[in-house]
Amino acid sequence: MSRSVEIEFRLNGVVRRAAVRADMSALAMLRDVLGLTGTKYGCGEGECGACTILVDGASLNACLLFAVDCDGREVTTIEGLANDPAAQRLQRAFAEHGAVQCGFCTPGMVLQAGRILARAGQPDRATIQRGLEGNLCRCTGYKKIIDAVEAAAKERAA
Amino acid sequence: MPDAGALERYAAPRALAEALELLRDGDATIVAGGTDLMPQSHSGKARFGSLLLNIRRIAELGGIALEGDTVRIGALTSISALLASPLVRERLSILAQAADQFASEQVRNAATIGGNVCNASPAGDTLVPLIVLDAAVELAAKAGGGIETRTLPLQDFLTGPGRTQRRPHELMTAVRVPLPPAGFVARFYKHGTRPALDISTISLGIGGVRRGDRLERVRVAFGAVAPTPIRARAAEALIEGRALDAAAIEAAAEAAHDEVRPISDVRASDWYRQELVRNMTRRVLAHVAFG
Repeated sequence: MSRSVEIEFRLNGVVRRAAVRADMSALAMLRDVLGLTGTKYGCGEGECGACTILVDGASLNACLLFAVDCDGREVTTIEGLANDPAAQRLQRAFAEHGAVQCGFCTPGMVLQAGRILARAGQPDRATIQRGLEGNLCRCTGYKKIIDAVEAAAKERAA
Repeated sequence: MPDAGALERYAAPRALAEALELLRDGDATIVAGGTDLMPQSHSGKARFGSLLLNIRRIAELGGIALEGDTVRIGALTSISALLASPLVRERLSILAQAADQFASEQVRNAATIGGNVCNASPAGDTLVPLIVLDAAVELAAKAGGGIETRTLPLQDFLTGPGRTQRRPHELMTAVRVPLPPAGFVARFYKHGTRPALDISTISLGIGGVRRGDRLERVRVAFGAVAPTPIRARAAEALIEGRALDAAAIEAAAEAAHDEVRPISDVRASDWYRQELVRNMTRRVLAHVAFG
């Protein structure tokens, strides 16, 4: 398709316009058109969660979302959470608990963990594990990630 | 980049009538959540038509409502919305059980029930519970000046892997599920190597109305053992209205083993699938009968 589609949406709180091919994924748009590389390309088919973003507050795989479908919506990527207190608590907890090894899954993990914590004040480990089932990590074995999310929840309660 | 094929135009109408008008021109690819279409277009399994029709902004296609004795679930209802619905959880619990085991939260937030039905995968997670619940598919098309709808049983709607009776100018608008009678019990079971994000090796749903130690209006349905999800009618007949003792359960499990025709693929051999069918029928039936 030679002709591109003009869309307008709110990205990390700022109104952005973009011209995208109709068959492009939101992930390709974020990384290749808008230059936001915090959202990672892992599997490209919704299995790994490295491309997790928030759209209208719900977590989605950006690799499965058509970029054109962002039109008129509110999109948040990991870059948009740099100054968010809840995300900063998670960021610190991930660092302190060794929940980051290669780091490739971390942006998706932090976004999804944020959703889990937003829903449940003090989630137990099973709830955290279930909430993260769409996010793969090939380094940590998950224990340290779950430790970190648990710690961030406790810190918020304190 | 995926092959965009003949893709020329994109439209995201807000009204059903407008979408149906666009479909009348033919050669459209319909997208809602995108969770199946995007990977299929990347792998070359799906090619785009000349129009990419995004139906996600059509409010008429959303919502879960009780209409008389029927639960009408709009085609755009996400799997997360199914899980969040008290009506689904309380009255159609087997559908909630399947929704709970559906992929991951990220996928459940995007994927729609209409997409899961129209994708017509033999392993589609919502299809087995919908068959157990005698669900029907509602389709709409533009006819003359108005909108014409038709409804057909889900079982008839599904004709093969990725194939349905939807005509090119039709849009699936809803799933219609009759409210199960009092005493209805049902269980969904999905077998895979990990709980999340796995495509079923087999899935099964068993439901019926419990009267003492008997099950009536029995439904036994399987996914991933045939070109479409199927009902195991021989197994159903063996338990319909009879006392559910160990011998009856064993006979039904054996019948189910014999009547499914699975294939061998990357997830399991045909032999293994048939063994699973027998063993899991035994387990789930005992659960429905005595649980």
